[in-house]
Amino acid sequence: MGYQLSREQFDRFLDRLKEDYRVFGPALDEDKGALSDSDRITYKEVSRLGELVLDRKSYFSPKEIFYPLRETLFRFCDGEITVPAIDEKKTAILLRPCDINGIDRLDTIFLENGPSEDFYYKRRRDKVRFFMIECTTGFDSCFCVSMNGGRTDRWDVAFRFGEQILAEVKSEELEPYFAGCAQQPFEPQFVTENSKKVRLPEVADITADVFKHELWSEYTARCIACGRCNTSCITCSCFTMQDAAFGAEGKMGERRRTWAGCHINGFTDMAGGHRFREPKGDRMRFKTMHKINDYYRRFGKHQCVGCGRCEDVCPQYISFARCINTLSDVTRERKSK
Amino acid sequence: MKNPFLPHKMEILDVIPETEIDSTFVLALDKPVKPGQFLELSLPGVGEAPISVSDFDEGRLFVTIRKVGRLTDAIFTLGPGDFLFARGPYGNGFDYQDFWGSDLKVIAGGTGLAPVKKVIKNFIDSDKVSSLQVLLGFKTPEDILYREEVRAWVDSGVATLTVDKAGSDWGGNTGLITGYLKGLDLSRLDKCKFIVVGPPVMIKFVTLELLLLKVPEDNIWVSLERKMSCGLGKCGHCKIDETYVCLEGPVFRFQRARRLLD
Ligand SMILES: Cc1cc2nc3c(=O)[nH]c(=O)nc-3n(C[C@H](O)[C@H](O)[C@H](O)COP(=O)(O)OP(=O)(O)OC[C@H]3O[C@@H](n4cnc5c(N)ncnc54)[C@H](O)[C@@H]3O)c2cc1C
Ligand code: SF4
Ligand code: SF4
Ligand code: FES
Repeated sequence: MGYQLSREQFDRFLDRLKEDYRVFGPALDEDKGALSDSDRITYKEVSRLGELVLDRKSYFSPKEIFYPLRETLFRFCDGEITVPAIDEKKTAILLRPCDINGIDRLDTIFLENGPSEDFYYKRRRDKVRFFMIECTTGFDSCFCVSMNGGRTDRWDVAFRFGEQILAEVKSEELEPYFAGCAQQPFEPQFVTENSKKVRLPEVADITADVFKHELWSEYTARCIACGRCNTSCITCSCFTMQDAAFGAEGKMGERRRTWAGCHINGFTDMAGGHRFREPKGDRMRFKTMHKINDYYRRFGKHQCVGCGRCEDVCPQYISFARCINTLSDVTRERKSK
Repeated sequence: MKNPFLPHKMEILDVIPETEIDSTFVLALDKPVKPGQFLELSLPGVGEAPISVSDFDEGRLFVTIRKVGRLTDAIFTLGPGDFLFARGPYGNGFDYQDFWGSDLKVIAGGTGLAPVKKVIKNFIDSDKVSSLQVLLGFKTPEDILYREEVRAWVDSGVATLTVDKAGSDWGGNTGLITGYLKGLDLSRLDKCKFIVVGPPVMIKFVTLELLLLKVPEDNIWVSLERKMSCGLGKCGHCKIDETYVCLEGPVFRFQRARRLLD
């Protein structure tokens, strides 16, 4: 069913919703200084329409809401293991189509890859409802159309924000919260063209010699392994498990996991000091292949959804779109030879 | 909901010192395992690490651990009656059927012997293989694992043992393992199957030599080591291309392993 809400009605809708859901949306990160050059949009719990920032892209993706940067897997005390409980409340996230598609890529790793579902991911993810923000233009660095990432029907409610707010509700569970709003059918539109375009290399054309191509050495010189491209990406899923002890070692402590990134030092370190992909260019190559080549070979879809955040956040101005296009040129050139 | 991250307790039944820095821990076995698989062993609050299954029998599981860091140091302070925590077994391991009817050659360097020890024991007096030859290399005589068993294999002519370097009191072979490959009986090359396990450089040079000897890639198996955190195909540390070493490995046919570019 479709509805039309005034801005005041939307705030009252949020009030009702917040009784049963935690509601997250893109908002100004005040910690980062609202008026400084470095103000950022980030995902926060919101309760008013006015808190939402809809004319800029968020610096971080919404993945942190259900896949925390650091999560305690279990605590132990004198040999007893306990798994911490989580907030039982459901989670509504206001997000764009590319992020819904990105979360599908996370789901594939956490829920489908390997012998079992990821308990910690699943128990939070199951509570998430997608409140899609209609996005028809994208931003400068977006290339979602090239990645087929800008379009989805996996939303629970779709919103068009303007002087009036249009909402199309797909999920029955959410209908009651719109009680009293005027009915108005609405079909969300999607972006059909970005100013930035990428040409994807054919999956099968990536061969071992492309791995060794000099195009990667540029990144050895430029990348500083800060890992921001990994942490900001909606599809990066890697983590490292660590133990911490409190008090006397072995008596009390916890095992936790923390986001990890393939650009960051230590990602491949093994006992004995052996490591792989020491040059940063090799890491750029590894990430690129995962985003637009080997993930596809394993799961039949590209991992990257073209949100462009990795490019927005890189302190070295490394453009992922440009990297993909260069790779594409190189593979095409080799094929024609 | 099943939580695959939770470890369960395994009792240490015995500890067998192997070298100055390696010991075999005998654990109470509580579920089926395959040779070449690994466990995620841990002490909560200290750490967790992948450790290969080196042997097992009715009710007992053997792991050989090298003392190299935080977790392994702590494990070495434990003894019979103490508990370790474990998840797994994980990984594919070796399938005995792959080697039935072959002239099997096992080439192991250093601690690489651990994941194939059970394979060797399984085939040593078995008519499932036409023949078995084992080539073992260690850094020095002091690094030799499973001394008694290795001596028995050498005495019965099944195994050739070499050390990279040794003092004058060492009466055996010296030199790199690659130097002894020509001692393998390859007269029925089409019947020969090879298992190569050891440090990355050793695997690299041994497989290179084998290919020069015209061994088909199809007939070589290797076991790879990569950084691993979860063992479950989630953490991403062990991934090479579209392959997860913790899921599809650590045992690979060489024709696949060769195409895994880090
Ligand atoms: C599939 C698989 C099977 C394995 N099987 C076995 C097995 O059967 N037995 C076994 O003993 N091990 C095995 N290992 C290796 C084992 O997992 C590691 O030795 C273990 O993680 C060490 O943990 P730790 O906490 O004791 O060491 P940590 O405290 O983690 O110390 C290791 C870390 O310290 C650093 N480090 C340690 N030594 C050096 C050095 N010489 N130079 C530079 N840096 C160094 C490295 O950064 C390394 O990551 C296996 C690994 C894999 C992937
Ligand atoms: S790789 Fe870059 S563009 Fe692609 S999904 Fe991740 S952050 Fe977005
Ligand atoms: S954000 Fe840029 S500099 Fe930082 S790790 Fe990624 S590519 Fe390298
Ligand atoms: S060890 Fe985590 S994915 Fe393989």
